[in-house]
Order: sequence, then C-alpha cells, then structure tokens
Amino acid sequence: MYLDFEKPIEDLDAKIAELKAASSGTGAGPDPQIEKLEQERSRVLKDLYSKLTPWQTVQVARHPERPLLRDFIAGLCSEFIELHGDRHFADDQGIIGGFATIESHRLMLIGHQKGRTVEENLRCNFGMARPEGYRKALRLMRLAEKFRLPVVTFIDTPGAYPGADAEERGQAEAIARNLLEMAALRTPILVVVTGEGGSGGAVGIGMGDVILMLSNAVYSVISPEGCASILWRDGTKAPEAANALKITARSLLDLKVIDEIIPEPAGGAHRDPQGTMEAVKKALMKHLRRFQGLSSKKLAARRMEKFAAMGRYR
Amino acid sequence: MGWFTRKRKDAEQPETKEEVFIQCPACKAHIYKAEWEKNLEVCSHCNHHERMTCWERIDLLIDRGTFREINRRVTASDPLKFADAKGTYGEKIKETRQKTGLNESVVTGRGRINGIRVVLAVMDFRFFGGSLASGTGEKIYQAAAYALKHRQPFIIVCASGGARMQEGIVSLMQMPKTCAAIARLQQARIPYFSIMTDPTTGGVSASYAMVGDIHIAEPKALIGFAGRRVIEETIKQKLPDDFQTAEYLMEHGFVDLIVPRKEMKDTLHKLLKYCVAA
Repeated sequence: MYLDFEKPIEDLDAKIAELKAASSGTGAGPDPQIEKLEQERSRVLKDLYSKLTPWQTVQVARHPERPLLRDFIAGLCSEFIELHGDRHFADDQGIIGGFATIESHRLMLIGHQKGRTVEENLRCNFGMARPEGYRKALRLMRLAEKFRLPVVTFIDTPGAYPGADAEERGQAEAIARNLLEMAALRTPILVVVTGEGGSGGAVGIGMGDVILMLSNAVYSVISPEGCASILWRDGTKAPEAANALKITARSLLDLKVIDEIIPEPAGGAHRDPQGTMEAVKKALMKHLRRFQGLSSKKLAARRMEKFAAMGRYR
Repeated sequence: MGWFTRKRKDAEQPETKEEVFIQCPACKAHIYKAEWEKNLEVCSHCNHHERMTCWERIDLLIDRGTFREINRRVTASDPLKFADAKGTYGEKIKETRQKTGLNESVVTGRGRINGIRVVLAVMDFRFFGGSLASGTGEKIYQAAAYALKHRQPFIIVCASGGARMQEGIVSLMQMPKTCAAIARLQQARIPYFSIMTDPTTGGVSASYAMVGDIHIAEPKALIGFAGRRVIEETIKQKLPDDFQTAEYLMEHGFVDLIVPRKEMKDTLHKLLKYCVAA
C-alpha cells in the first residue's frame, strides 16, 4: 500500500517490476537499468521521508502495515507471558501486558494493542482501551514494583475508548488513577511511543522516567481531525491542525516532552520492521542498563520533578 | 461622574426593566434577579446550579477577608506559537485576559473555611472554557506545593471542558504534572478534596478531579471523560438525559457526595474536621 505522497515511489516500483518481469528468464546478469532505478528509488524514498509534513507523518504513524505491539513483542522478546484481567471487571484487549524478557532483562511489558484484520480490531477495539485496560495496566505495574522489575510501555492508540460503557465504569477515574500511581511507582518506567499517541488514552500509560519516540510516530492532545473540526470548523483542515499542534517527534523533543527519538529505517517502520526492531532494542537496552540498581525512591521523586518541569514558568 | 457617563446611564434606563428578572438557562423559568442572587445563582424551580466565577466561588467558600491569592502573575503562555483560522492564540489570550481580568483559567490562594486553614484552587469557565493549560497546571502544582510545605488541606474546585487544544501536547502533560503534585500530598498524608462543578470533563476529569480523597459534586453538574456527541457518534445511540450527571456518577461510585451550593461551605468544614488534626 502506498500513501498519497508516495506516488513517485509507486511509479518507480512499477517501472522496476516491469523491467524485472521483462528480464526474468533471459538468463542475463543484473540489469544496469534496474540497478540505476533502484538507486534512484532509495534516494527518492530517503528524500521524501526526510521532509515529511506533520500530516504526512500522521499517515505513516497510522499506516496499516506499521509494526504493532505483537510485532514488537515477537521482534524484541525472547519470552512473553501475557497476564490477563484487571481483577474487577474484565480482560480488556485494547491494552495487554505481561512478563517479558529482552536479552538479559526481565521486565513488565504493557502496551496498546491494535489489530490488522476486522476480527482482531473488534477484539482489541482498534487499540482504544476501556477502564479495565488502564486498571489492568496499573495492576501489572504494581506487580513490577513488587518484584523490582522495570516497566516498559508501548504507546499506539487513537485514544481511550469514548463509549457509554467506558464512561459508566469510570474512564476518567481509571486514567487519573494511573497518573497518580505512576508518579510514585518505585520502579523504572520506560515509555516508547511507537505509532499514534492519542491524548489521555496514551498518557494513561505514558508517565515514564524516559520517553522514547519512533521518528514517524505522533503524540497529541487531540487528533488533527478533531482539532480541525473544532477550531477550523472544518474537518478537512486536518493538515493545518497537524501543523499547528506540533505532534511530531522532532517538535516534541524541542518542547522537552520526550527524551529521545528512535530513528526509523528509510521509508518508515513498515518498510523495514526488522530494522525498526533493532533500533528500538538498542535504545531500550541503553536505558534499561542506565536504570539498573537506581534507588527506587529517588527515581519516583525525579519522575515527579521531570513532569513538574513541563510547562514551567519563571 | 462625568457628563457623558451620566448621559449614557440615563439612556440605558428603559432596559433596567429586563434586569428585574433572570431566565433560568435550564428550565427557562423567569426568576426575580434578587431572588436568583440570594439563592446563589441556583434556580428555585429546577435546582439548576449556574456556573460561578472564581471570585463568587471564593466568596462562597472562604471566610470573609481571609483569602490571599498566590502566584497571581502566572499567565497563559503560548508554547506552540499556535494559530488557527481565526488568528493567533497569543492574541486570544490577550483578549481573554482583558475580558475576564484573569491571567489563567485557575485562581489559587490560601484562606480559611470556618477558621480552618486551607489552600484552594478555583477554576473559572470564562477563561478558555476553564481549560487545563500549562499556566493552569503550574498554578495547581505550585498551590499543592504550598499546601505540602504548610501541611494544609488542598481543595480544587473544577470547572473545565478539558485540556486546552491551543497548547497541544504541553497541555496534555499537565495531566501527569498535576497528578504528581497530588501524589506528593498523598505521600505526606495531606487531605485533598476535589469539588466537581459544571462542567468537569476531558483532561481535567482524567487527572486531578478524579484522584481526590473526597469527591464532591454540585447537583446536576456535567462530569465525564468524552463528550456526549462523540460518544453518541461512537455507539450510534442516543444517550439518556441523566448520562454523565453528578447523580449518574454517584450512582456508579465515582462521587462521595452531591452537595447543594448553599451547604457547600459547611459540608467542607464538617469533612475537614475529620481529616485535619486539631
């Protein structure tokens, strides 16, 4: 699947495929014309992705082939034992979590789960968690604290589920409680924004000591479409809103809301999932090592101070 | 009084007739203005609690002459240099400050409730719909820090539509920031009461409003996470009238008490006596 702005790549790919089809079976060596086109392709791809507009970045962050939580789990973890349920109401599949091992590190992995097929998305509600999801996440974080395991969360959600049942069971309270408890949690929390960071639904598992973000992920207080329909009174002005909202990793780093950008391979995470896994693993390893053996009480105090500094006045 | 002003006042004379009555925004009943004011802007017919300014709220809750504002000068800033179709956020801040006389969507200070010292933060819906922005978050954070330092109970009166879009991600980060402030109070065993008035929604309901030791709501106040229209579009169903009201929240276990405006101060005082060492 090609995004609108990837038309030049689509054209080049078609040309390359055509030439390959024509030259296949001829037994000739590598076609210099194909090689030239492939070089051209990688140059154009790199160029396109080096100057994505915020709205184009949103398209990449929501790309249907972008790696999902289960891809990260499969790609990063030698073991993952999913733990189910919030012990009060249900097992939400919009947020899942469990014990995980990445290289030599044992940890608690929690993240939003999106699906690719209709059935998957019905089960995980397109990554829009209900209160049970946030409460399960908190239960698992408490377990991590008890067993002195670091917490790693993966953020990829359009937002917390805006349904009547979610309201009835206290969506607001569930997110608020997570923020209150994460502030004081006595174990390291590492956050990776991998796709869509959708407002309260994202920050509800996003209060970390370190916040990492893939280079084409986005993180915002409201979707560009939502913002456009309110402030521009016109949903089609989403590109303008995306621009104004400063939702890209680069902007968020400048605003000191995130700590580090994890660069995606050229052409985005979906074009090279393996390369993406390696980049995420490398970044996680660095920070997991950094937090090893740190005093947990000081850690929580520092986390509170980190967030206190966001939007501070002198 | 100058000649011009006197003249203008005279010209307005015929209109004063209208000001004898107030129309209740909820049930549309006409009520004597004097009665409406005496009743603290609560409709005597339908019990609708009209939104109050932060100053009216402070008068209502704090002993006369004891309120001292803190961090008054923290002003809305423009971290994103935001502009939409209608203009810049910076301009809009200026206009709103002039119109309301406020610097941000919350006023913080210290004062007494029937003699008990408290630290208070009161949101004002007139300032960008009471939205949570970086100035709001900072003032609440600093007020909580003051409460911590002086070991005094902290009370927030919420009145907010949620996070302020024009400050983007920085406004979203005020949710963890304010919750960090409340977490510090909790660790120090300092009481924190959340009073939810109409409306308490979005990012405010999903942060400090919902992590109080005690949750108090005004009758019929709108309280919830997502907006009614968004929910109706999501579930393709009409919602019942009482959905997301204070009464609905109490029924579902998220509010301790629903307290009419007239009884709010005395109720706070009674509760505080259980939570503050004499």
